[in-house]
Amino acid sequence: MPADTPAYTPAYTIDTVTDLVQPHQVHRDVYTDPEVYRLEMKHLFANTWVFVGHDSQTPNKGDYYTTQIGDQPIIQVRHSDNEIYVLYNRCPHKGTKIAIDREGNTGKFFRCPYHAWSFKTDGCKLAIPLKKGYEGTGLEETVSGQGMKSVGAVKNYRGFIFARLAEDGIGFEEFFGDSLSSLDNMVDRSPAGRLEVAGPPLRYMHKCNWKMLVENQTDTCHPMVAHESSAGTAVKIFEDMDWPADKPKPMAMEIIAPFMSPYEFFENMGIRTWPNGHGHTGVHHSIHSDYSAIPGYFEQMVDAYGEEKAKQILGENRHNTVYFPNIMIKGPIQQLRNFIPLGPDKTLVESYIYRLVDAPDQLLARTAMYNRLINAPTSMVGHDDLEMYERAQEGLAADGIEWVNIQRLYEDGEDFDHEAVENGTTERQMRNQFHAWVKFMAPQPAPAQAEAAE
Amino acid sequence: MSFPAREDLIDFIYDEARMLDEGRYTEWLDLWMPEGVYWMPLDYKQTDPDLVTSLLYEDQFMLRLRVERLNGARTFSQKPKSRCHHVIQRPFVDVMDAGANRYVTNTNMHYVETRLDDQFLLAITATHELTVIDGKIRIANKRVDLLNCDAAFGNIQLLP
Ligand code: FES
Ligand SMILES: [Fe+2]
Repeated sequence: MPADTPAYTPAYTIDTVTDLVQPHQVHRDVYTDPEVYRLEMKHLFANTWVFVGHDSQTPNKGDYYTTQIGDQPIIQVRHSDNEIYVLYNRCPHKGTKIAIDREGNTGKFFRCPYHAWSFKTDGCKLAIPLKKGYEGTGLEETVSGQGMKSVGAVKNYRGFIFARLAEDGIGFEEFFGDSLSSLDNMVDRSPAGRLEVAGPPLRYMHKCNWKMLVENQTDTCHPMVAHESSAGTAVKIFEDMDWPADKPKPMAMEIIAPFMSPYEFFENMGIRTWPNGHGHTGVHHSIHSDYSAIPGYFEQMVDAYGEEKAKQILGENRHNTVYFPNIMIKGPIQQLRNFIPLGPDKTLVESYIYRLVDAPDQLLARTAMYNRLINAPTSMVGHDDLEMYERAQEGLAADGIEWVNIQRLYEDGEDFDHEAVENGTTERQMRNQFHAWVKFMAPQPAPAQAEAAE
Repeated sequence: MSFPAREDLIDFIYDEARMLDEGRYTEWLDLWMPEGVYWMPLDYKQTDPDLVTSLLYEDQFMLRLRVERLNGARTFSQKPKSRCHHVIQRPFVDVMDAGANRYVTNTNMHYVETRLDDQFLLAITATHELTVIDGKIRIANKRVDLLNCDAAFGNIQLLP
């Protein structure tokens, strides 16, 4: 490097990056800037509780599943004590990924394919070949001598595995609070109170920032516009068909037609926000409210929970629940979408579905249909969503306007530390996410005594 | 034709690919039996279309919707339109059962789809279940397996 080249100074640091968020707008650099992205990976995805996988993906001892938390390669594995462990997918010797396939069974231990260092399925070091080569070298005192590294903290909440990379930080219950009611509702819809993953996820690559996808989950003003070509055309074709009024609509129509609901429908459905960036659409009703009953299911639910509780569980029809930072679940149809960041302008969306244990198969058939009709790379609905994100990612390069507006139904002095229910077309949940973004980008306060024990 | 020759079945597969490449979708829909389903599995060697996710599992209502949407005025992801291209290997005729009026072909293809500056290639195997009605060959069912079905894709907008 020539001597007069100034040292590289990053455009943003942990102290300045939060200037990009204002109450009613955010600077475009939060979607496009590589340094902002790097800070997100380093801080936001380390300080928050991020979804890893479902425990039914690793049902037997030694089963593992590989994924990412932010940009970190991760293994979820079931240890001999039957607990789920979450480890960095990196050999402590030279960095080789320990598992490269998406899932498998490793038996009682992991064995690195490069020089055969081996590790128990909780990450502890088991053996190193030619051990005498390390005698007296001090390997035991290095991090490499300790085995595979675990993440900071792991929680198995009713089968859903979350992890916090940071050693210290906010506790699981405090981070999610009452938002766990959406996960509860999804699991309670099984008469056995249990879900099982159903097949591999859809994997859909998006050339846009991960936050655009998360924001879209509570964007109730786009379906009737962006999806007119699919949902609107479906309604039109169906009207041409002279379908008898008393005959149940085809399942595909039940799924796709509500996307054309008018603004009032979405206004009245309501949006609820919780502290730490979580929130959901569909407080009072949703696009999932009017699905036909599946024969026998209600009776099974009454047997399992009693009539009152069964009605209460099934009466909840939340549309999309966002768990900050990067997943969305649909309780009424047992779907989870994971928005995995791969770069400032690249996001992998994995859409999983789950079987309600002990419920009729027709429910799962509807869920599988929903997944492929709406969220597949081959989906007519998905095509228009992706088109919008990619156009936005490209359009943000324009220098005329540097801010992205999130002002719909904005009020001065909004308090995101308390739960609130608002008009269903508010962009408050997007503002809530950015409020949490600022909070968790920052260095976290030292843990309180009680939490340190968790 | 009440009993197609092997050659007729093979020509049919070529003609269908050409229709898709030339965007003659209305004609293409007419090739189908009313109960026909177009299946594109998500998993390698997937056997269950119903209780796990597929990429496509579409009946005639959905296929018609797909075709009408491609031509719609507000189909934003098709402004500008995609184009596609099939290069097909000579189909194998695996079942020729005139008695049951059932014929099955298996065809390897390279499918190319393009829009704006993006172009991608899919290696696919199409399995056609065919039948003859009123002297014409018709598609009873079609299954399209992608060699890399478990890879992450961007938009696949036309019909491989
Ligand atoms: S890199 Fe794993 S044992 Fe050497
Ligand atoms: Fe959408």
